[in-house]
Amino acid sequence: MAKTTFLEAIREAQFEEMSRDERVFIMGEDIICNVFGTTTGFVDAFGMERVRDTPISENGFIGAAAGASMVGMRPIVDATISSFLYPAMDQIMSIIAKSRYIYGGQARLPLVIRSCMFYGNANAAQHSDRNYPMFMNQPGLKIMVPSTAYDMKGMLKAAIRDDDPVLCFEDSTCWTSKSELPDDPDFIIPLGRGDIKREGTDVSIIAIGGAVPLALKAAQTLQKEGISAEVVDPRSLVPLDKDIILKSVRKTGRAIAVDPAHQTCSAASEIAALIAEHAFESLRGPVLRVATADTHLPFSPSIEKALYPSADRIVAAARQLVTSPEPVPA
Amino acid sequence: MTDGTNDRSLEKYRRMQRIRQFEDLAESIHAQGEIPGSLHTYAGQEASGVGACMALRNDDYMVGTHRSHGHPIAKGAKLRPLMAELLGKVTGICKGKGGSMHLSDFSVGSLGETSIVGSGIPVATGAALGSKLQGNDRVALCFFGDGATNEGAFHEGVNLAAVWKLPAIFVCENNGYAVSTPAHAAVPVKDIAERAKAYAMPAIIVDGQDVDAVEAAVAEAVERARTGGGPTLVETKTYRYADHAVNMGRILLDRGAEVDEWRKRDPLTLYRARLLEAGVAADVLDTIEREVADEVADAIQFARDSAYPEQAEAFDDVFVDRLPIPDFIKA
Repeated sequence: MAKTTFLEAIREAQFEEMSRDERVFIMGEDIICNVFGTTTGFVDAFGMERVRDTPISENGFIGAAAGASMVGMRPIVDATISSFLYPAMDQIMSIIAKSRYIYGGQARLPLVIRSCMFYGNANAAQHSDRNYPMFMNQPGLKIMVPSTAYDMKGMLKAAIRDDDPVLCFEDSTCWTSKSELPDDPDFIIPLGRGDIKREGTDVSIIAIGGAVPLALKAAQTLQKEGISAEVVDPRSLVPLDKDIILKSVRKTGRAIAVDPAHQTCSAASEIAALIAEHAFESLRGPVLRVATADTHLPFSPSIEKALYPSADRIVAAARQLVTSPEPVPA
Repeated sequence: MTDGTNDRSLEKYRRMQRIRQFEDLAESIHAQGEIPGSLHTYAGQEASGVGACMALRNDDYMVGTHRSHGHPIAKGAKLRPLMAELLGKVTGICKGKGGSMHLSDFSVGSLGETSIVGSGIPVATGAALGSKLQGNDRVALCFFGDGATNEGAFHEGVNLAAVWKLPAIFVCENNGYAVSTPAHAAVPVKDIAERAKAYAMPAIIVDGQDVDAVEAAVAEAVERARTGGGPTLVETKTYRYADHAVNMGRILLDRGAEVDEWRKRDPLTLYRARLLEAGVAADVLDTIEREVADEVADAIQFARDSAYPEQAEAFDDVFVDRLPIPDFIKA
């Protein structure tokens, strides 16, 4: 079976769902010229009505997606880069997240807002956001951050079929990664189910998006040192598969949460708190976070790279946990 | 009827009466503490909402604002669920989760009454896009105030509707004030309608106290939208009698004799006089007023008799599936 890239998986998921359901349409900036390759051939297949270039007007077209979804359409919005969600915060936070609630369930908003996190390649602070944690603080938005082409395809198809609004964050550091994909047109991975990407017994590394491949690389290094690391990928943050995280930590007794987002109020912070509250009795050391430093991302590659999580930082954290002395029983 | 007018005129009168009497009673029971929070009353603007909605079909869409009591009634909503919502009851149109700023009844085509100024405009544009993609002829009408036209959401939503020629009608209910700031201090153009030029969109200015004139203006815009001619901006020149909201703690702005001047052109008084002049018997109008009074009294009784929502209701409608209920709530 041929392997498919992460970007191609996005294209396939959209193509299959638009073929399956004529209520699905896609709009965003420069969809037709197809900036990142996720809408190749769409105009030929679906026509210009269902494949729409928008003005650079994020609050306008993201709000329009909300309105279209309320009248029975199932829009996919390609917001290009996650930093571009900010001009649309009004519609995302006040309309999309809350309409179903404030109208007592009268509204249904089946829409997907896709955006890529375009960090690590000298794009400076305004184009490098990994901003899913701030949306986790708002009820009413489902949030997915897949790390493989396989997960992306299955989850994006699930998101398009979901009757709730879903924010799909696409980690650009995963773009060229490849998976074998099933042929099944109904291949679906439901949101809210995490995945054990590697089994281990000494330490749980709970990693998000582009941190998953880093965690797997770190696990290989640790293996050589006799440390067995388990890599847990929550895949979606809302809903969050708490059980898979807690089960892993109860087994290993050690936890590191790895998150490409800024550390303060990151998804890693939430996961660390979850573990501290619900698996404290299993812990043999502190829950550590490996996240992006709480500063802006500078342009110059000479000082950008070190700010993000890396395999080396994960290895160092795991060593710290495994070699730290056991607490003395009182 | 042979009295010089028709059922349609009487329906307009009835709906304006419903709004006025609904709000008068709501205000009085609010003052007694039966309605929590604040009330953003629509009194003075009835002809704007009713005229506009009478130009729509039942299956057309409507999006409104925090000043939400008038729009659903204008579009034909039943009063009981609206009043129950004001009292925070589970039988409310939003199950007690929206309140005064969100009286949105989806059964009459509403897609929300939203309390972030301007935020309904892109939503209406999207509903109109939905009609276009579905190949039907339903139009989407959006109400907003003069203040909203300074929001980016207005310019983005209107631009998108204009560039895609969507079946939308943008009704600016210009009541002269954004909370306490007069329009002349916040808007550089004399009329909001001038802003339509920037989007190559037709605009109509209409006397917002004249329900027939509003209906005629909006009907022209609806016809254009329904037949593929794209969106229109309609500016209704109107006035709200009350302060921005009841329960703000103090009067925000002393408008002096201006309120009294506008009350001389009260939309209900004007319309009653017009109907009488056209030959409608006073009895007919009095009967409508009494029937509406009964309807409002019934709505209040219904609201009072209804239960408050269970605590678990707070976790419903965040998503389609109810959220798990935290232990501290269960305990």
